[in-house]
Amino acid sequence: MTALPLATEKKLGLVIDLDTCVGCQACVTSCKEWNTGGYSAPLSDEQPYGADPHGAWLNRVHSYEAGDGAKGRTVHFPRSCLHCETPACVTVCPTGASYKRGEDGIVLVNPDTCIGCKLCSWACPYGAREYDYTDGIMKKCTLCIDRIYNETLSPEDRQPACVRACPTGARHFGDLGDKESAVSKLVAARGGYDLLPELGFKPTNKYLPPRPRKVEATTRAAPTEAISASDGSPAERLFAWVDKVLSA
Amino acid sequence: MNPAYSVILFTTASGAGYGLLVWLAIAVLLGSVAPSGALAAAGLVLALALITTGLLSSTLHLGRPERAWRAVSQWRTSWLSREGVLALATYVPTGLWLLVQWFSPSIWWIVPAFLALLAAAGALATVWATGMIYQSLPTIRAWSEPLVAPVYVLLALATGGVVLALLQAVFGSPWQVMAIVAAVLLVAAAIAKWLYWHRIDTAPRSWTVESATGLGSIGRVRPLEPPHSQPNFVMREMGYAVARKHASTLRMLSLGAGFVAPALLLVLAASLPPVPATFAALAATLGVAVGVITERWLFFAEAQHVVTLYYGAERV
Repeated sequence: MTALPLATEKKLGLVIDLDTCVGCQACVTSCKEWNTGGYSAPLSDEQPYGADPHGAWLNRVHSYEAGDGAKGRTVHFPRSCLHCETPACVTVCPTGASYKRGEDGIVLVNPDTCIGCKLCSWACPYGAREYDYTDGIMKKCTLCIDRIYNETLSPEDRQPACVRACPTGARHFGDLGDKESAVSKLVAARGGYDLLPELGFKPTNKYLPPRPRKVEATTRAAPTEAISASDGSPAERLFAWVDKVLSA
Repeated sequence: MNPAYSVILFTTASGAGYGLLVWLAIAVLLGSVAPSGALAAAGLVLALALITTGLLSSTLHLGRPERAWRAVSQWRTSWLSREGVLALATYVPTGLWLLVQWFSPSIWWIVPAFLALLAAAGALATVWATGMIYQSLPTIRAWSEPLVAPVYVLLALATGGVVLALLQAVFGSPWQVMAIVAAVLLVAAAIAKWLYWHRIDTAPRSWTVESATGLGSIGRVRPLEPPHSQPNFVMREMGYAVARKHASTLRMLSLGAGFVAPALLLVLAASLPPVPATFAALAATLGVAVGVITERWLFFAEAQHVVTLYYGAERV
């Protein structure tokens, strides 16, 4: 059903740290690798070796420049489904293929009933849903539903592939509905925020802002004056004289 | 937004079909078209053909057209599902009305009149639902305008009215009143569309890449490196952009060739003898077709989706 659950028992989601993300794309490729063989299989690519290669991916990492001058910095920005509390992608679905789970809040597409009308992709402001041109249906982040509850995996692997792959620990997985969870505490401590909150879809995933730069790091300039290293010896004084003559 | 030809054909053709159905019902109820004559039958067949062509065309843009039947299940939340339900439901009175005309033309008049009323109500509701599919999407500023669904209904009534005037002229039935009504509707639709364009041109573009990324506190945000080397589905579907210069030329073409000229032709047709009037109505119909298809193409091509902020749009 496309009617939303009034409340979900858990609010499973991701917390993404924009301070430590280095834009290595490891989460992107591990997501593609896991999901092209898992719940969302296949994640088809069109013309992978042709002139116009493109395909269905569930996680994309943009790189932006933010600010100017000393404040300016590069920010790598992973973008995937935010598993909103009131997702319009679910309510617009005409077939009920799109749904939000009452037990953990994960937003999923039933691959057996999706008709590929793409209306959910129009309804999503975050570009989280991609159409699989070969499969003819919509694909989206499943929060690795086939990993997080998978008892055949060792406990440390029961988290989304992107979280597991991140080499800098910039991605965190947990229950954002539980105020005592590690992710909730992280969000509280670091000022985690929602993307486009004015649209009112109440994303579950949170983004941690880049930490402010240390002042010295941005104001200390490279030395510009010649280093005067003379220790007073005749050879040093000779070199200093040569330097002076040559610099004149 | 990518202007999918199947959706343009669907909304314009079935819009005209539903509009024709409404005017046919009104004409029958008012007694200006005989409920079981050749004109009513031809009108019904043409309306059903336009509607069915449109609906079939709309399934072409589905990835899995064979599953289209599932789309009637979620009418509680989805305007697309409601549109499907209403479109199918409208077939019932319309089909019965046609059958009654065909097999028992001498039936008590209240039966076809009642069916005509139901068909007209279904037609209006279906077109309204089509408009609401777009109007209910807050992610596309140009579509979440309160004028969107009313303009869909107005355009369906105008195009359907033009087609009925043409049919009446072809069948030698009095066409003058319908021609004038259609001309007035075309002018009303042109004014509504002009207002709509004015509104989307002057609406504040308050969503920024800074709010989309949450990085505004650092400063101005601009893309450094895209996440992929070739456009992905999101860019292909949502990133379609039309040059503003071309858009304003097309708007003028749509208003001139599609609304103003046909309205004048219909006024002319109302004062001409049957044969030249038929040609004038035919020319008006062709003009309206060009105009409304251009209008529908622009409706998609000019609509900017909020997701484009992540792909280089500064504000939407």
